[in-house]
Amino acid sequence: MTTNTINNVDMGANRVQSSFYAVQECLRSALASIRAHGLRSFLTMLGIIIGVASVICVIALVQGLSQSISQQFQGLGSNTLTLRADTPLEDALRGKRNRLKVSDLDQLKFRIEGIRNVTPVVFASGRGGADVRNGSNIAAGQMFGTTESYQEVQQTFPKYGRFLTDSDDVTRRRVVVIGEQMRRDLKLPENPVGRFIQIGSEWFKVVGSMEPRGEMFGLSQDNYLLMPYQTALAVTGVIIQPDLWVIFSVADLNAMENIKDRVTSLIRQLHQIKPGQPDDFKIEASDTLAKSFKEISTTITLVVAGIVGISLLVGGVGIMNIMLVSVTERTREIGIAKALGAPRQFILMQFLIEAMVLAVIGGLIGIALGYALGFGIAKMIPNFPDPAVPWWAVVGACTFSGLIGIIFGILPASKAANLAPIDALRYE
Amino acid sequence: MITLAGVGKTYRLGETDFAALMDIDLLINRNEYVALTGASGSGKSTMMNVLGCLDTPTVGHYTLDGEAVAGLDEDALAGVRNRKIGFVFQNFYLRARASALDNVAQPLIYRGISPAQRHARAREALTRVGLEHRLMHKPNELSGGQRQRVAIARALVGRPELLLADEPTGNLDSKTAVEIMELFSELHRDGLTLVVVTHEPDVAAYCHRVVRLHDGRIAEDRTQIPVKHVSAAA
Repeated sequence: MTTNTINNVDMGANRVQSSFYAVQECLRSALASIRAHGLRSFLTMLGIIIGVASVICVIALVQGLSQSISQQFQGLGSNTLTLRADTPLEDALRGKRNRLKVSDLDQLKFRIEGIRNVTPVVFASGRGGADVRNGSNIAAGQMFGTTESYQEVQQTFPKYGRFLTDSDDVTRRRVVVIGEQMRRDLKLPENPVGRFIQIGSEWFKVVGSMEPRGEMFGLSQDNYLLMPYQTALAVTGVIIQPDLWVIFSVADLNAMENIKDRVTSLIRQLHQIKPGQPDDFKIEASDTLAKSFKEISTTITLVVAGIVGISLLVGGVGIMNIMLVSVTERTREIGIAKALGAPRQFILMQFLIEAMVLAVIGGLIGIALGYALGFGIAKMIPNFPDPAVPWWAVVGACTFSGLIGIIFGILPASKAANLAPIDALRYE
Repeated sequence: MITLAGVGKTYRLGETDFAALMDIDLLINRNEYVALTGASGSGKSTMMNVLGCLDTPTVGHYTLDGEAVAGLDEDALAGVRNRKIGFVFQNFYLRARASALDNVAQPLIYRGISPAQRHARAREALTRVGLEHRLMHKPNELSGGQRQRVAIARALVGRPELLLADEPTGNLDSKTAVEIMELFSELHRDGLTLVVVTHEPDVAAYCHRVVRLHDGRIAEDRTQIPVKHVSAAA
């Protein structure tokens, strides 16, 4: 019989395709139903929207901050190591101060292979600290003595004029290179080359000004002054035991650990440290701080996101509540669908998908709102970096709200699926 | 095509059992046009639910189109309803927000048919009931008679073996009721098996066979010459 053959063709339809059509239909009806109750759907989503928006806002701000900080750290170069004296706390309390020796520097230069640039840095503020003055303008920045290779090691270069040279160093010339903030504080012109400034009682000629580096944690990175290393030693008068540290860059990044070990054993030998005794110095990679900051910021992000994420559960309960109302309202419709041959799992899927779509739409609105919120807050705080929303936060927020929708949709959906067809049809 | 043997249906009402149907033996052949009548409380609705696989009998055997349906679970019954039975209800039971076309196409969703095919067949069914110019209208934009035609198209779209109508003219004026009954007669002439549950003698008059229930038992089962010819002549 014709009807039979046609029915058989229907039933023989590809299973995968059938499921696809079913899901498609469920999505369509979910969207139609959400649109039909616009305000109610929006209010239902509100819990999810607020939850996701808060999470995204927090993540955006913390990530933005962390990104801008790591960018600033990148400027320091990841192939540099800093060797500085380290005094254990007990010794420091006893008044002892470990220092690197000037001779360490030369040994480092000539006895370790694979080091590209070595530069000593010394505090040039001297005893009590001297003011930097240009007429009546006084600046209080950090003063360092260093050498020509500083610019290579720190990847920072002059904007105007020139950097310190070896000849400046050898002849202990009274010249300085200044940072942007220092220039502004001293009210020097945009190009300060050739002007003279006073440090303590000594006069120095400005030979260059450095490229600005911006701010980190709201602190200017440009409030500094550099003078030749030897000049600094002479000016401060601490030639015998200056408080110096050494920055050096490594030619091959892979040899970093190796060189670190070799430097350690060399300095231990030079300082005559017996086996078993602790080092009196420290070698730090320039990205150590960046790494630890990144770890901290990730922890903060996760903890705060987790706490705020709990509010998503409240949003989920809101969805469950409205879905239960919706199932009751649509009892007749469910009855009709069942009478027309809808299997339990179809009804189940229909309501689950509706709950999920509600939650995911809420999640998407929340992401947009959270980003806008983060952007607004970042703009309100002066000098705060732009927020950044990482892709995993977006994917995570969508997935999590979808999951919330499904989890809190199960109860209403199974209530709908388990309605007896005649009772549902008779429902007034 | 329909065989009921010793079918009974008992509801539990509080402490006592209430027998809605008892000892029903009934045989309905293909292409019969049967009116199921009786006073209210006679078991008509229960009978309709059992015949439509919306409810299962407590005792007895029910075979529909060669398939024993008495012992099937809910999803299997849903499949039987979807493939073999078309329902027409007194209150139409259309989805208010969906167009006539979508309403008619609904049973085909559960067969996993593509949207394009669903709509093509729904259009065909609507054409069959004379509503090809009302495809995109929502139920509230249609008259009562047109709504019932949409419901009939929905019952027909799955090409069922059996069309079950529950008081199909109950909510219609007499002129529209005549139109609907004439449509049923046409469908019967085209080979469909119809069971119409009604308490109106005017409606039963269109049928070829009248089964009257009384207190849950078959009280009368007679064949008759339908009035269709009279109405056609008039």
